[in-house]
Order: sequence, then structure tokens, then C-alpha cells
Amino acid sequence: MATKILIPTPLRPYTDKQEAVEASGTTIGELLVDLTTKYSGLKAHLYNEQGKLRSFVNIYINDEDIRYLQKDQTPVSATDTVSIIPSVAGGV
Amino acid sequence: MAIETDALPQLTNEEIKRYSRHLIMPEVGVDGQRRLKAGSVLCVGAGGLGSPAAMYLAAAGVGRIGVVDFDVVDFSNLQRQIIHGTSSVGKTKLQSAKERLTDINPNIQVDTYETALSSENALELFKPYDVILDGTDNFPTRYLTNDACVLLGKPNAYGSIFRFEGQASVFAAKDGPCYRCLYPEPPPPGLVPSCAEGGVLGVLPGVIGVIQATEAIKLIAGIGEPLIGRFLIYDALRMRFRELKLRKDPDCPVCGTNPTVTRLIDYEAFCGLRPSVEEEAAQMVQGAAKATSQTDITAVELKQRMDRGDALTIVDVREPNEYQINRLPGSQLIPLGEIPRRYAELNPEDEIVVSCKIGGRSAKAADYLRSVGFKHVLNLKGGIIAWVDKVDPTMPRY
Repeated sequence: MATKILIPTPLRPYTDKQEAVEASGTTIGELLVDLTTKYSGLKAHLYNEQGKLRSFVNIYINDEDIRYLQKDQTPVSATDTVSIIPSVAGGV
Repeated sequence: MAIETDALPQLTNEEIKRYSRHLIMPEVGVDGQRRLKAGSVLCVGAGGLGSPAAMYLAAAGVGRIGVVDFDVVDFSNLQRQIIHGTSSVGKTKLQSAKERLTDINPNIQVDTYETALSSENALELFKPYDVILDGTDNFPTRYLTNDACVLLGKPNAYGSIFRFEGQASVFAAKDGPCYRCLYPEPPPPGLVPSCAEGGVLGVLPGVIGVIQATEAIKLIAGIGEPLIGRFLIYDALRMRFRELKLRKDPDCPVCGTNPTVTRLIDYEAFCGLRPSVEEEAAQMVQGAAKATSQTDITAVELKQRMDRGDALTIVDVREPNEYQINRLPGSQLIPLGEIPRRYAELNPEDEIVVSCKIGGRSAKAADYLRSVGFKHVLNLKGGIIAWVDKVDPTMPRY
């Protein structure tokens, strides 16, 4: 079952420039593993050496931050939209 | 900001004429305009975001506007830093901004601070103002601005941009989240390109900067629903706005129930741009000073080695459109995003020099190549811009 994942601009170089990709999984954790298997360049940007999700990248399911749901155990369905929201600093 | 109406300054006849479109709206009215006149906003940065924000705050009649910037107006700023013009090139941004703001509205007080914001001056600089408008362009300053706002109890009208996407929110409001609630940790240096490296759609900071100014005006006038606890995401190319929920993190080290950060810290070290004082001391004691010379090469050194006939493979990790503008002699192009898939085109025993525009992306690519077994990788410090400046000024600079 494929769920849509919205890819932010800074990470599009690692997804062949696509702004949305599909990945499979019943939880956020499974979904992201599938995503980083398909697009290995993303792995270092999303996960640190200990395999934990980096905290300058937030994962949202629809409009809710997964940190306030069940984190990577949060269940995902095909109708949800998952977004990766990184911190950006540009302002000048 | 909650001043008694009687204590608010009166409006002059000239101001009544000037702000008539505000006054005839029930949402603002005379009292709202008087609050704006009594109000104050500090714009940190007079660049892409600060420019439109400050101009609209001046037009709206915010009584006191402070601007913090230490930069000089450059040609490449004019595509988006709308407060500056061609005649301002070479002037300080503060001088240019003050002239423009005073022309828009001579009634307001414009204070300029020609300094870099630092842990030593932030609290003093922020104190006199009601709202802080974060228009900075780097992570250490964003964390510094956030922490100072939380410590002082001042709301932070936040905005940030990248290429054609923007973000906006209001942080550090009472009972609202702060920037660290959203992003406890900054990205490692070099992971997210700056505007000089990533490019930015000129109109983009215009939208986000004015959203920040709108929030500042709402907070001072006490109207509408501010973006507290709401994260606005804007995609200019698709012309879509999205709103995500933000929550105050009870464990936040700055604004949580048991804060551990009660003073401003060394933000450069926090963002990994410089080892902390403790780490530096430890390195010196071990006698193992970090040898960046083994991982970097300067433009001048590269030219010397090329002239000597050294066998070097030069890999340019910029985008094809940049490669069309200028390129190092003998270089091959593998854009950064394609390196994980295409590094097999390179020989891991070769001596490789990686370059990009100013050295950020190439540093990332160099680290990646080393991580997959390349033995001799050097990063061109300062990128092709350093080459243009120090080796071949006939090449176009962009």
C-alpha cells in the first residue's frame, strides 16, 4: 500500500528532483525505511549514525508532527500525506 | 504591549490623513493605530526578509523600528532586497535602509545597529522592542534570536526561505512554542545550502517578509489570530500554502518547564561551525590540532599543482546551469545529488579535488567520497569563486 511523501526542496537532489514520491509501509518507521532504500542519498540526511531520525528534520502526517503521535510507530494509510519538513535558515 | 488606551500617544492631523485607510477599519481604528505608534519592532537583518518587512512596518506607522545589519549593499542583493536600490550599491545596508524607511514615513524613529548579533549584545539590543523580526540567514543567529526572545519574553516573528519555499510562524510568544520546540538541533554545517549556493526566487522573501510584518502588526495592535502554534509553509512555484500544527515542547531546554538553557550560549559551537572551547582545549592538550590542510586545498595551491603537471581529477558538483556559466579547466561535472549513484565513474585511488561555487556542497561531496573508500579527496576551499578571485579574474563571477 503506497503512501505519498512530500519531499522538501533541499532534499529533492536525492529523489531525482521529484517533489513527491510514493513509499510503502504500515507505520511511519516502515515508510521511511522504504523511502531511504529507494533513495539512498536521503539516508544521511534523515538518520544519524545511530540510526535515529535527525531532529532538524520533522516528519508530519497530514498536519500533525509524529513526535506528538506515536513517533515512528504512528500508523499510516494510503490516504495520508506524509511531509518531511527540514529546518532552513535562508533570509537574506 | 498591553498599554492603557489613555497612555497611548495621540495621532497628529498629518498621521490621521496618512493612516486613514487603517482608521476607517474597525479592526484597527484610531486605538489600533495608536498602539502601532507606541509599538516597536527590531528587524534582525536588512536583507531579503528584513527589506519588505521593515518597509511595510514603516508604512503602517510602527513608532520605532530598529535594524541590525553589518553588511554592505551588493549588486546581487538587488534582485530581492527591495529596500535597497542601484544607487545604494556600496553603501551600508543600514544607511540605505534608514534612508528608505525615513522617506516612506518620517514620523517614525529608525534605530540602526551596525553590528553582528552575538551572545554578548543580543539581550541588550532586544530589550527596548516589543517584537523581534527574525530576518537572518544562518542557523547560529536563528538559535541565538530564539533563545534571546524566550529569555526576554518577547515574541519572534519568524520567517525563512529556500529557493522558492518559505516558512513562517510566531515563536516565543507566551504559552506558545519556540524555535527549539520545532527544531531542537541544527543541521550539521554544509548540509543545507545558503541562498548564494541554492539560489532564491527574488519575490519569495517579499511574501514571507510581509507575512512576518503582518504578524508583528497583529501582535502590537492586538488583532486577528497570530501564527502562534502554527507553521505556515509556502511553495511559490505551486502557489500553495499549508499549515502544520506546532506544539510547545514541555521538555524544551529553553522554554520548557525545566529549562536548562538560562543564558545565551556559544551558537557557532552549537551549530558545529567551530569546536567548543572545551573541545579545542582537549585537541591542543593531545597535540592533535585538527589538520584541515589535509582535507582542503586553496585555489592558489590548486593552480600551482596543475601548472606542475600533477595528476588530479577535478570533480565539479554544481548544477548544469552553473557549469554553463564558468568551470575549472579540465573539470568534470557530477551534480551533488548524483554523487551517490555515479561515484563509480571515479577511481578511488586517484587524487580527487571536489569543487562547487563557494565550498559548501563540495565539502559534503568530499565527505561522502571519503566515506565510500576514496583515499585522496581534497575540497576546494572557497570554490570556483575563490578561483575567480585569486587565480583567473577574467572568468565570470556569479
